[in-house]
Amino acid sequence: MIPGTIAELSKALRSRQLSAVELTESVLGRIATLGPALNAFITVDPEGARAAAQAADARIAAGAADPLTGIPVAHKDVLMTAGLRTTCGSRMLEKFTAPYDAFVVAGLKKAGAVQVGKTNMDEYAMGSSNETSYFGPVKNPWNLDYVPGGSSGGSAAAVAARLVPAATGTDTGGSIRQPAALSGICGIKPTYGVCSRYGLIAFASSLDQAGPFAQTAEDCALLLNAMAGHDARDSTSLPRPGEDYTRLLREAAGAKPLAGLRIGLPKEYFGTGNDADVAAAMDAAIAEFRALGATTVDVTLPNVNLSVPVYYVIAPAEASSNLSRFDGVRYGHRAEKYTDLLDMYRKSRAEGFGAEVKRRILVGTYVLSHGYYDAYYLKAQQVRRLIAESFRHAYERCDVIAGPTAPSAAFRIGAKSADPVQMYLNDIFTVAANLTGAPAISIPCGFDRNGLPIGLQLQGDYFAEAQILNVAHRFQQATDWHKRAPTLAGKTGSLPPEGAE
Amino acid sequence: MAKWEVVIGLETHAQLSTAAKIFSGASTAFGAAPNTQASAVDIALPGVLPVLNKGAVERAIRFGLAVGGTINRRSVFARKNYFYPDLPKGYQISQYEIPIIAGGGIDIVSPTRGPIRISLTRAHLEEDAGKSLHEDFHGMTGIDLNRAGTPLLEIVSEPDLRSSEEAVAYAKTLHALVQWIGICDGNMQEGSFRCDANVSVRSADTEKLGTRAEIKNLNSFRFMHDAIEFEVRRQIELIQDGGSVVQETRLYDPDRGETRSMRSKEDAQDYRYFPDPDLPPLVIADEWVARVKSEMPELPEAMQHRFEEQYALPAYDAVMLTQTREMADYFERSAADFNGPAKLVANWVLGEISSGMNRYNIEIDRVPISSHQLADLLNHVHDQTISATTAKGFSETAWIEGFPSDLDAEIERKGLAQISDAGAIDKIIDDVLAANPAIVAEFRAGKEKAFNSLVGKAMAASKGKANPAQVNAALKKKLGR
Repeated sequence: MIPGTIAELSKALRSRQLSAVELTESVLGRIATLGPALNAFITVDPEGARAAAQAADARIAAGAADPLTGIPVAHKDVLMTAGLRTTCGSRMLEKFTAPYDAFVVAGLKKAGAVQVGKTNMDEYAMGSSNETSYFGPVKNPWNLDYVPGGSSGGSAAAVAARLVPAATGTDTGGSIRQPAALSGICGIKPTYGVCSRYGLIAFASSLDQAGPFAQTAEDCALLLNAMAGHDARDSTSLPRPGEDYTRLLREAAGAKPLAGLRIGLPKEYFGTGNDADVAAAMDAAIAEFRALGATTVDVTLPNVNLSVPVYYVIAPAEASSNLSRFDGVRYGHRAEKYTDLLDMYRKSRAEGFGAEVKRRILVGTYVLSHGYYDAYYLKAQQVRRLIAESFRHAYERCDVIAGPTAPSAAFRIGAKSADPVQMYLNDIFTVAANLTGAPAISIPCGFDRNGLPIGLQLQGDYFAEAQILNVAHRFQQATDWHKRAPTLAGKTGSLPPEGAE
Repeated sequence: MAKWEVVIGLETHAQLSTAAKIFSGASTAFGAAPNTQASAVDIALPGVLPVLNKGAVERAIRFGLAVGGTINRRSVFARKNYFYPDLPKGYQISQYEIPIIAGGGIDIVSPTRGPIRISLTRAHLEEDAGKSLHEDFHGMTGIDLNRAGTPLLEIVSEPDLRSSEEAVAYAKTLHALVQWIGICDGNMQEGSFRCDANVSVRSADTEKLGTRAEIKNLNSFRFMHDAIEFEVRRQIELIQDGGSVVQETRLYDPDRGETRSMRSKEDAQDYRYFPDPDLPPLVIADEWVARVKSEMPELPEAMQHRFEEQYALPAYDAVMLTQTREMADYFERSAADFNGPAKLVANWVLGEISSGMNRYNIEIDRVPISSHQLADLLNHVHDQTISATTAKGFSETAWIEGFPSDLDAEIERKGLAQISDAGAIDKIIDDVLAANPAIVAEFRAGKEKAFNSLVGKAMAASKGKANPAQVNAALKKKLGR
């Protein structure tokens, strides 16, 4: 394995110490050996990857390289990748080949990143543990009996296990940040509208955003630079001028790089529901921020406790409508035998969708239905507004908000799948940023008693990506949680040790 | 039937004449091979998103201004959810709670109530579905998505109409208007203009509306009339027999001349409308409305009044000439080039030109005599170069062989110049009088019509070239009148 962050690998590639072809072969080898145990990938494209690597080398030789040229990247299987199977983790699209590239995929291609394959995910991005995939659950590289988080579990596991230095995910209720936390890596959800949703198979249209996974905040910033941008094909894409998300990272640091920064600590995030190890990790992280010069401010987010019920009305509602196109008529799974149109619809969708997807379609249909719309959907949208107001008030007194990404570290596969509502409560700290549309990042900040990673979430006001990336970066300059990788040693169910490839 | 009142409201879907679809860039041109004009967005591939076509909005604004409605400065697109194979997304993007246009009205002439104004409830933008073709596929249905995504303006009238005749008058007026302002080509055969009628009956002394039935598939004015008539009779008979009208959708079957129930309990279809999160609210700036207003063509009614004033035309002529904007423009261009009174041009447009259009079933843009050529022809009559009869001859020939490119040369070539020479006319008349002693005798005996007959003979003898006024005068003189 060729270790390194994107920043390190990029330097090595551009100084010709390493070729893109070598790096890609190393990645493909590692995926082949270790990928199956994690079940992180649904599709691997060695031919496409090799061709892209060769092109990247040519570009580097010509002196036309970008920071991402030659860097292998894996895409969550919710993103359309031209010519490559795109399944959404579902039987419905098991045999579907995408005819076009998603905007974020094209952006990374343009930067010269080497696309290696599609990662496993909760079906249709609905889940917090990557246990609902038609292609089987993904395993947490830190302990194969545990979940990596979801819905972007495959991407998170792939980066955590150092199969790839870069991966994309999507975040509707926390599906980048929570798996980043549970798998011990970095993941950021940008402000809604910063990354075009064109080619992102829609789950909840007003909540979905694509974003990067990587080992460091700096790497995430490099990836975000290639993924962000205005797209005329997405009417919710914001027509803002281009931004360099690394710009604050390059500024000279003093001893107190976070001097002047006010970090808000909402009392609602530090309650008794948190695991003790999570609470301890938070305390240590906050102490570190103070050491770096930041001050902390106690804030309150009065309506944030309503985030989960609001989310679980709005997201299923939009999903119930977004998933109607999967009807067996034009593409996707169609039942083999049916008696008439209605039978065809019923069988195709019953066979094509898994239980969690069906559950959410039912809930979503219900809350939009006549007689219930006002009490559920409309009310949820109104409360959503109130939640956004809470954050607005808080940002009058602080610059960023910190807290745990999830109430506990990873749990065992199967531990929470019996009770959907228990599963939904995993999102308790993350969904608000989707409801408000504000940016948020998760970075590793410790481990629990079982050796499983704990994540710290930093939230910013709208368009504060560069700022929260910088806060995360300065934390990572002073700590080394982000450098920890699973040891891949000996226990039953763990990955084989390094060198045994 | 005197104690029954009929209440009708019309819902019209007008396809807006944009080149591209309302939410995708695919072409809206009619007649292409199936599924060749359906983009990724139109076939609802995973991951695609709608992008609003501003041309559709502009046409809706134009409509709102033309009917005196309110242009809502903020309107919202909503999803109407239902499953059908010709609806690729499983929902139609429409507008629900907040449409782009509210209110407005259409003036019609009711055969029973005279000039009345039919109020509009609203008009909103939405996308059309694809087509389901049930024949030709051996028990299966073919789906053509070319039409999916074509922009529609759904125009909803208040239930102000009280008869099938009024409904047809409203539909015809609306049909002419959307073409007039250039937002819809009005081609009913191609499905550009589709009407559904909501029909109910009630006792003439009640305020409460009866239960209504919706009749779909009325793709001609004739069918609309017949369908409504049948439905009214059906509902009245039903109530008189002690039954009650069910709220349902019915289809008109023109072969049997009856309406038939299309859906029953599925009419309680719950579309679960909610604002489409893929599209921001449509915000229309005052400047946009002002610009559209400044570019609006003169509307038919205003033009009618102007024609009466400017061209000294009777109201009937003004109304007939403003049936379509193309005809009104033709008339005006011709009148501008004509040296005589515009009334003469009007007579020709409503006479010769219109009858040719009817006979050959063509629109005014395909008439073989241009407005300029018509003016030229009439100028030649006005300055006595040719007679009115000769001019008519040119007109008739034009429909078969086209209009001569050089009128003067043609007149010369065929020797059609009007005979205005007094001597020549005298000669013609002398010959006619000599050849028709019986008619002369009738005239002398007091039969006035004999005079006209002799005029006719003289015109015929001159092959229509004699100056009719001079023939008249000379004949009078010779007969001692």
